[in-house]
Amino acid sequence: MVQKNTKVKNRAGLHARPAAMIVQAASQFESTIYIEKGSEKINAKSIMGILTMGAGYDTEVVISAEGADEQGALDALYSLFESRFEEE
Amino acid sequence: MDKFTVLDLLDLDLHDYNALHLSCIAGRKGLVKTIDRMDLNRPGLALTGFYKTFAAHRVQVFSLAEHEYLKEIEQSGDRSSVQQLFSYPIPFCVFCRNLKPGDWFLEMAEKAGVPVLTTSLPSSEFSVRIIRTLGDILAPQEKQHAVMVEVFGMGVLIKGESGVGKSETALELLERGHRLVSDDSVLLKCFSGKIIMGFSDDRVLSHHMEIRGLGIINVSQIFGVRSIRDKKQVQMVINLEEWDSSKNYDRLGTTEQKSDILGVQIPTFDIPVKPGRNIPVIIETAALNERLKQKGHYAAKEFNKNLIQMLESENARKMYQDNY
Repeated sequence: MVQKNTKVKNRAGLHARPAAMIVQAASQFESTIYIEKGSEKINAKSIMGILTMGAGYDTEVVISAEGADEQGALDALYSLFESRFEEE
Repeated sequence: MDKFTVLDLLDLDLHDYNALHLSCIAGRKGLVKTIDRMDLNRPGLALTGFYKTFAAHRVQVFSLAEHEYLKEIEQSGDRSSVQQLFSYPIPFCVFCRNLKPGDWFLEMAEKAGVPVLTTSLPSSEFSVRIIRTLGDILAPQEKQHAVMVEVFGMGVLIKGESGVGKSETALELLERGHRLVSDDSVLLKCFSGKIIMGFSDDRVLSHHMEIRGLGIINVSQIFGVRSIRDKKQVQMVINLEEWDSSKNYDRLGTTEQKSDILGVQIPTFDIPVKPGRNIPVIIETAALNERLKQKGHYAAKEFNKNLIQMLESENARKMYQDNY
């Protein structure tokens, strides 16, 4: 299993559009991918899970992936957070 | 769950027989203190100066007797036992029956940063309510990637990989008049070590579903208020999985499979998904069959018992015919 810490860097937080981007990216991979916020652990392929997590600006999250293509999955999701989901 | 603070307790929206009627009269800076256990302590003995085995992490409940004793302490002038009380990491003190301690007590609490709350309730009623409230909040809990529905009164947790059709199955069940608790992310709490309760996640965001191709829909608006529930006990688990021809699925139902949720064993069924199989009907039937089992009618076992009886009587008759 691989994991990496990051923060929500876009001002608006994880609203519908960023959540859809995460799910789309995660669904490309075989691995099981989780996003953790505090004590909550959410399946990154579940859009309602990510939305109801309610992660606002500057929230710390941990991305973790486990499976055959775990490194690729982790990098893809991490770079999404890094790119601020192409937002402000 | 994140830390539960005294401020969170004051913020709770409780009604009727749950209401705690709390207000803070001193030590506001201590409202950020966390409450991490549901037990209470009556600090009577501590006030007399006996601090062995003092339950310092518990909520300290003051009522008539403690209040009277504080008055005596005030008159005697020796306030060391109260000073010692505030040296412990107590989450907060609460005075029942709207009693109010002397200003000297409030000043000490202020200095120590311990919140002092009052309530109009008598101590016995307050104890019952706060233990119930804290018990609910501090119960062991976890979030699961699953869909929870109520089918014919049975709480059903539907699990399975992303894309196997959990939400679509739930949608069909809603259409048939059953109720949605939560889609995609269910908060599970264990009460009294044996009851698993499933909750919809959040009041603002609850009762929405994501259906591939449609996007996010609002269930209570589309299907009406009768189609939703805020919480329900988990009474069975359905695992949806792609049909695996190498796996042996249960054909008899005489053995019960269980899955472990927070230490509680819940009846579980692995249901293979394949085009042409009507999963909602299977779940409805499973729910009804489970209800029958709870009432003592176990179809698979009764069937087998009757079969064995029939074989035995036929066998006996055969022996009779062979011998005479």
